[in-house]
Amino acid sequence: MNSATTSNPPRLAGLRVLLYAMLSLVALTAFLPIIYMVGFSTGLPDPSASFGTGGVGETVGRTIDNYQTVLTDENTDMPLYLRNTLIIAILGVGGTVISSAVVAYGFSRVRWRGRGPAFIAMLATMMIPFPVVMVPLFVMFREVGWIGTFAPLWVPAWFGNAFSIFLLRQFFMTLPRELDDAARIDGCGHVRNFLYIILPLSKPALLVVALLHFMFVWNDFLGPLVFLTHRDQFTLALGLQLYLSKLGQTPWNLLMSATAIMTAPVLLLFLIAQRTFVEGISTAGTKG
Amino acid sequence: MRHDSLGTGLLWIGPWLLGFLFFTIVPVSLALYYGFTDYTLLEAPIPVGTQNYERMFSDEILGTVLWNTAVFGVLSIVIGTITSISLAALLSKPARFQSFWRAAVFAPSVLPLVAIAVIFKLAYDPDPEVGLANQIIEWFTFGLVQGPNWFGSGFWAMTALLLMSLWSVGPAVVIYLAGLRDVPKQLHEAASIDGVGPIGRFFHVVLPMISPVILFNVIIGVINAAQVFAVPLIMTGGGPERSTYFHSMYVYDQAFKFGDMGYASALGVLQFAIILALTGIILLAGRRLVYYRGA
Repeated sequence: MNSATTSNPPRLAGLRVLLYAMLSLVALTAFLPIIYMVGFSTGLPDPSASFGTGGVGETVGRTIDNYQTVLTDENTDMPLYLRNTLIIAILGVGGTVISSAVVAYGFSRVRWRGRGPAFIAMLATMMIPFPVVMVPLFVMFREVGWIGTFAPLWVPAWFGNAFSIFLLRQFFMTLPRELDDAARIDGCGHVRNFLYIILPLSKPALLVVALLHFMFVWNDFLGPLVFLTHRDQFTLALGLQLYLSKLGQTPWNLLMSATAIMTAPVLLLFLIAQRTFVEGISTAGTKG
Repeated sequence: MRHDSLGTGLLWIGPWLLGFLFFTIVPVSLALYYGFTDYTLLEAPIPVGTQNYERMFSDEILGTVLWNTAVFGVLSIVIGTITSISLAALLSKPARFQSFWRAAVFAPSVLPLVAIAVIFKLAYDPDPEVGLANQIIEWFTFGLVQGPNWFGSGFWAMTALLLMSLWSVGPAVVIYLAGLRDVPKQLHEAASIDGVGPIGRFFHVVLPMISPVILFNVIIGVINAAQVFAVPLIMTGGGPERSTYFHSMYVYDQAFKFGDMGYASALGVLQFAIILALTGIILLAGRRLVYYRGA
């Protein structure tokens, strides 16, 4: 590829070394917060005395007991927060995947007048900031008695999410149109075409949508902050903030253990599904 | 080829249409309406004309939050764009373990914002024996330079937030990578035959070719920066002296701390209007600056 490939081996070797040095530096920097978190989370429980000689690697002792302490600490209720988050995530993921797939089919494989403008309108809704609808949604949900329940955090997911619809629509568009024609000749209507042909071919894209929504729920802070009222309903994100706000009584190493517990599942999910995930994001960005 | 009726189409997108009505049209209309009322949740909204909007002009805190949000937005988008294009360029070089390097750059972006905020709150501890940031500064300067008291002054608090925003460039890097991959090889070759060096090729071939992707990322950046909330709330609570107090935090406080739903709605509408205006301006500027293949 490069003109220097054969003519100048020593210089090229130097460039290779530089490239790997830079890549390693970038990767190390990227992982630094995670290393720091894990390092701190295994520090000895005495907060002031044990961090004598350095923050990252040189705490006086190591223990994984901190994780057990956090899970049973009465200042927090991690197992309950975890359960709450999972309930909201599962209900929401199911809703987003099903409804977004249906709507994306309507925006890609069904041909109807006005489809283009409707699709643009849907994309435009992504520009609406949450704070503008925050107060009215609070008032509306209060009217139907949903404040202080999980409903505001998962029911809207059943009406399709603009970004998920966009992602799935982009994917459905890449499937050959002949599939639809063949299905029609075989006497398949849209419903059967959708269920038996398009959906089975779209598993990777559906997985990306599921993952994205799971991570959204796991990370969401403002939604639970506005709509949940009682500590028993808190999600992990709110629980962690509550734990932090009790910093006077909460040693940093325990707080870091709690943070690690919250971080591990999403990090693991990402590492397992990394390839599908990264491809999904780049599809969304370039095929406009 | 099949053509379907309007009814069939609307039926398929039905779930979204209902959601659009209940979770977008109705709330946005209500926000517009509440913006012209005095509303405390305790009693029905009382129309007060343009009072809430007039109040904005004499609201010094609003001036502060708009300024902070603008400073954070502009700087985080500029350094974020430069960083993510550089990282994408680095990651696009042929190398072993490529998917590992890419995963590493993306990984911090999947961390929950609350977790990021907690980790960095500790990392910015001024004591170099605890705080990672100052430990690194001391280490690199052989102990000659002492790191700042990060959350002690407005300047350093803002710098701290900007620095840590670099750990969330993952999605942008991935999108730029895809953009770089789509730059035709022939263009590179033609330019090198004409004697254009790697740096010249980057500025005169690569940048114009990925300019639509830059435009896309900048718009996403504006929408996100306008809504920055969780991280500053957890790390600084908006301080010191409101130096990291941002627009969304102010809307939240007006609504749920002071119970002034009318003014909060007006502030939300202002935020929406600003995002719309900026997106419009960027798209218009993009017409002149962005190169579209085949256009």
